[in-house]
Amino acid sequence: MEKNNKATREAYGEFLVEYGAKRKDLIVMNADLSGSNKTDGFEKAYPERFIECGISEQDMIAEAAGIAHSGHVVACSSFTMFAAGRGYEIIRNSVAHTKANVKVCATHAGLTVGEDGATHQTVEDIALMRVIPDMTVISPADANSAKELLRQLFEMNGPAYARLSRSGMPQVYEMKEADCLELGKGRVVRKGNDVAIIATGLMVSTAIEAAEILSKEDIKARVIDIHTIKPLDKDIIVQAAKECGCIVTAEEHSVIGGLGSAVAEVVAQNYPVRMSVIGIKDTFGESGKPAELLEKYGLTANDIVAEVRKLKNSIID
Amino acid sequence: MKTVAELNEIARRVRKNALKGIHSAGSGHPGGSLSVTDILVALYFNEMNVDPTNPRMEGRDRLVLSKGHACPALYATLAERGYFPPEEMLTFRHLGTRLQGHPNMMVCPGVEMSTGSLGQGFAAAVGMANAGRIDGDKSKVYAITGDGELQEGIIWEAAMTAAKYKLDNLIAIVDWNNLQIDGRVDDVCQVSPIDKKFEAFGWKAIMCDGHDMQSLLDAVDEAKKTVGQPTVIVAKTFKGNGVSFMKDVAGWHGKAPNDEQLAQAIEELGGDE
Repeated sequence: MEKNNKATREAYGEFLVEYGAKRKDLIVMNADLSGSNKTDGFEKAYPERFIECGISEQDMIAEAAGIAHSGHVVACSSFTMFAAGRGYEIIRNSVAHTKANVKVCATHAGLTVGEDGATHQTVEDIALMRVIPDMTVISPADANSAKELLRQLFEMNGPAYARLSRSGMPQVYEMKEADCLELGKGRVVRKGNDVAIIATGLMVSTAIEAAEILSKEDIKARVIDIHTIKPLDKDIIVQAAKECGCIVTAEEHSVIGGLGSAVAEVVAQNYPVRMSVIGIKDTFGESGKPAELLEKYGLTANDIVAEVRKLKNSIID
Repeated sequence: MKTVAELNEIARRVRKNALKGIHSAGSGHPGGSLSVTDILVALYFNEMNVDPTNPRMEGRDRLVLSKGHACPALYATLAERGYFPPEEMLTFRHLGTRLQGHPNMMVCPGVEMSTGSLGQGFAAAVGMANAGRIDGDKSKVYAITGDGELQEGIIWEAAMTAAKYKLDNLIAIVDWNNLQIDGRVDDVCQVSPIDKKFEAFGWKAIMCDGHDMQSLLDAVDEAKKTVGQPTVIVAKTFKGNGVSFMKDVAGWHGKAPNDEQLAQAIEELGGDE
């Protein structure tokens, strides 16, 4: 299948321009990264509803809360590091605790920021955002699903965090498939009952690739896209545990506190099965090309395949 | 409109009720509550367009107490203004209360922004004023900060944004009591000259006596006339003002008076009604 590589930040930029046409109460905020986080399109289309704060993410996020409490829906944009990282306490206290209708849309997530290196490679943001009460957290697998999930996120009233990519992500959904996605409901993107690979973001397409390799070894892997980290679709996870008997999670995020942890919390408390968590192994990243980094840090389809084999073997033993 | 004498009388009751609330809780922040009281009373009774029977009224003026720990004074002022009965002050910081240890907009009528984490309320107020600019809303946004609070970097980030967008619907008031938890503000980490700093950031700055009602009212009236830039009023105050043993003492930042101390404070504030 011809894969259309497109970054979810591109989808975000397009979404804002389209959505801004019908949502007149939408205000977009930026902290000196409009070309990178793709809010520049909205700025051109609706300059009167665009606020440029300069390099001051704390101000931007707290201001966003004030604007939201003045009757607006606010999109707040920066890199994941400076939004979820630097902005954490402000998101918690001024946005989430006040149930402000602020969507923190953070681009350049994970290792695939690439050459910028460790200071910019956020592998902790899912953990930071999902621990905050009342936050909705999405991590779309491709540009098409990002557009649809962002639309649902902005239709919903309340605080939210969107994890978006700098680099192109292989297409997982046709647009009409993406339209059927539902916020808070995971999606089985490949059927199988031998193992469940539960993935989010970029790792969904990688998991599909791994499932194809496994199918040649007669292992039928179910691949589940958890595009909404919070609220988490517990049912699809428990069902996977029951029907597949073992679970491998995969995320471009630390193995601590992210998707793997969230899935483990559900599995351990509802239907314990063997699990393996694939992610960045409690370490910082470094400069390199995205593909090189994914390989070095163990986030390729082959890494998933190896983990599935190991898990299956351990169960047989 | 109240006379200065009437405002002073209201402020006296606010100070007393704030201290009663803190005493009832066994914790809280009397020093900064007593320094900010006159500012709050001047604004809520003579300057702001608000309706206690309709706290979310369209087009109302809004006040954000960015120094949220001084909420006993805010609550007692809101109570005097009619948002809720003054007796409710005795629930301050108790389980299930609307009068949380730091202001919570989700539960307390009249509170426009949840604050307590210093600096954020100021920036949120800048956001409200920025929304007002976009919406063509003619109302005013007031943000009250402490002077120690100005050490927070977010204040200056937001100050730049406010000047950039020429937010003349925004009036910030600095409760300049020159004390913070660890001592004199300018010893802990110098913030003065506050007026010059804000002016350098593109604001209009007005100095006033934060315990003189006429001085406060004049300053706010002047601030309301400012065009094309935000205004800061630097109000010289004393922590613990109104109670002799609390006045200008850093140790009364975050400590409740005991029974005897409360009794003495109430006596100094003119006794119980």
